[in-house]
Amino acid sequence: MTVDLISNLALGMSAAITPHNILFCFVGALLGTLVGVLPGIGPTATIAMLLPITLSLSPETSLIMLAGIYYGAQYGGSTTAILINLPGESSSAVTALDGYQMARQGRAGPALAAAALSSFFAGTIATVVVAALAPPLTSIALRFGSPEYFGLMVLGLAASIVLASGSVLKTIAMVSMGLIFGLVGTDINTGAMRFTLGRPELADGLNFVAVAVGIFGIAEILRNLETTIERTAVIKRVAGLWPSRADFKAMIAPACRGTALGSALGVLPGGGAILASFASYALEKKISKSPDRFGQGAIEGVAGPEAANNAGAQTSFIPMLTLGVPANPVMALMIGAMIIQGIVPGPQVATSQPVLFWGLIASMWIGNLLLVVLNLPLIGLWVRLLTVPYTVLFPAILAFASIGVYSVNSNTFDLYVMAAFGIFGYVLSKLEFEPAPMLLGFVLGPLLEEHLRRAMTISHGDVMIFLNRPISAGLLAVALAVLSIAFLPTIAKRRKEVFVEED
Amino acid sequence: MDTKNLTAACVLLSVGLGFGLTSFYGMNVGSALRMGPGYFPLVLSILIASIGAAIGIKALTVSMPFRPQVAPIRAVAAIIVAPILFGLTVRGLGFVPAVALTTLSAAMAAKGQRPLAALIIAVAITAFCLAVFYYGLGLPVRLVGPWIGV
Repeated sequence: MTVDLISNLALGMSAAITPHNILFCFVGALLGTLVGVLPGIGPTATIAMLLPITLSLSPETSLIMLAGIYYGAQYGGSTTAILINLPGESSSAVTALDGYQMARQGRAGPALAAAALSSFFAGTIATVVVAALAPPLTSIALRFGSPEYFGLMVLGLAASIVLASGSVLKTIAMVSMGLIFGLVGTDINTGAMRFTLGRPELADGLNFVAVAVGIFGIAEILRNLETTIERTAVIKRVAGLWPSRADFKAMIAPACRGTALGSALGVLPGGGAILASFASYALEKKISKSPDRFGQGAIEGVAGPEAANNAGAQTSFIPMLTLGVPANPVMALMIGAMIIQGIVPGPQVATSQPVLFWGLIASMWIGNLLLVVLNLPLIGLWVRLLTVPYTVLFPAILAFASIGVYSVNSNTFDLYVMAAFGIFGYVLSKLEFEPAPMLLGFVLGPLLEEHLRRAMTISHGDVMIFLNRPISAGLLAVALAVLSIAFLPTIAKRRKEVFVEED
Repeated sequence: MDTKNLTAACVLLSVGLGFGLTSFYGMNVGSALRMGPGYFPLVLSILIASIGAAIGIKALTVSMPFRPQVAPIRAVAAIIVAPILFGLTVRGLGFVPAVALTTLSAAMAAKGQRPLAALIIAVAITAFCLAVFYYGLGLPVRLVGPWIGV
């Protein structure tokens, strides 16, 4: 077992540590940070916008670069959360609570270093967790049949519904809309055209990249154009980056606890990283000797959640790698990229593409290392980037997105899809629909239908097949329990509290 | 009346009915044993439409003001037109004019943007994209297309 673990990681390292792959991991981390630092643009939007750039590369390099973009984007989000109190996504909202207070007290440097170092620590541990857990889970997953897959995907969707903010009913509707948009195109069983409106361009379905860029990228830009964003960062220069000895002492225990929490919660399908950072903050505040320092610039409140967030981000690769089921929208994007590269995600990837599988896992660690090496010295640059006017940045983002979407298939129709989903996504966000579950549904739509159909054929049309098989029955029962929890009034109230950002 | 949720209900009802009617009338629905192409979409459409109806009925009974903060119509138009312009011109006019038009349109979205400033931004970004995508990543596109006669 341990020998296997080491030899597997060595295989991965040898795949990831080629000058070529390190270069692209580096470029990915740099680009990811660059876009992630832009206020209001979180990791999902960043990856959606940069995804097309990776598609011209070989599958391994492309996934390694994507992983680099992911970590970069996540770190960029924490940077803006600390420096200008604008979290790029809900998981770094927690970092903003104490990080921004630290920055206002002139301790931006230690806050950024605490975020980077505890993320790196968590990333290192979580990489080993992924490497250790992936093979046994893969061998279980190989025994999965269609009913089990169906149950698992329903569980993933149910979890994404519970973890989304806002109305549960609306989120269910969003997931269903995502599923149905995913079905557009040729039906693989019968060859019938579905919802193609007579357009031959739609025969292969809606382009995933175009939909994602529209819903996240374009809609995000429109939201940012609502107001002229005041971005006079409180910090002109970040001085004294390195945390003091006392800071280090205060960081270590929260980072360890955060790593453990994050690694465990990240495996859950449906966005465990967000839950992990909230849980870690709550835990640190509860066990702290001086809980009233939290919200006033406590370094524990940065180190713990950042570690939890990063560990969760890492272990959320587990369901994606072993089962082909995305745990969150970012993983949905990863799966989309794999499919475009011609790799069918699922348990067979570990055995049929060991170099890719272990190379990706190893590159997670390298990506984390590069981030620390890259970002701490470059902090000054990122701060200066925050002063670049948005009027210059968003036309550039739009140009990249348009070129990127076009380059996927050299198909101009995809650009119209992108524009349409941009406006649709913007309207939906005004009506308080959450876009992330829709993307998850979009990716899972065809898979879910295929396994449903197959299961029904096996059982001769008897729905009981899902309940007669213990694993699928168990998964569906958990999904049902998770969903009914979301409807319970007390939990519904708590969900509201958790997702309301504190000012 | 709760305008926000009433609008949300209308969106859901139109998506549900649109997809539902298409699957019911335009496709073979089949049975649970032998699901046709229309079966799963029909189930989903019914779910979406029912949620829409539920939200709509509730929205009619409560009263809630709805004044969303919306981006100026000029900004929305300029942003949405940008990728469409790219799609319309990349084949005919070629890569360079297409990127220039796209960025010019997007640059005009900013409030109080002067045309000259927008032009400078567009030229700079086009040069950058040319360097990165054409020379750097080797994107297979024509720099100038047949419409310009080159």
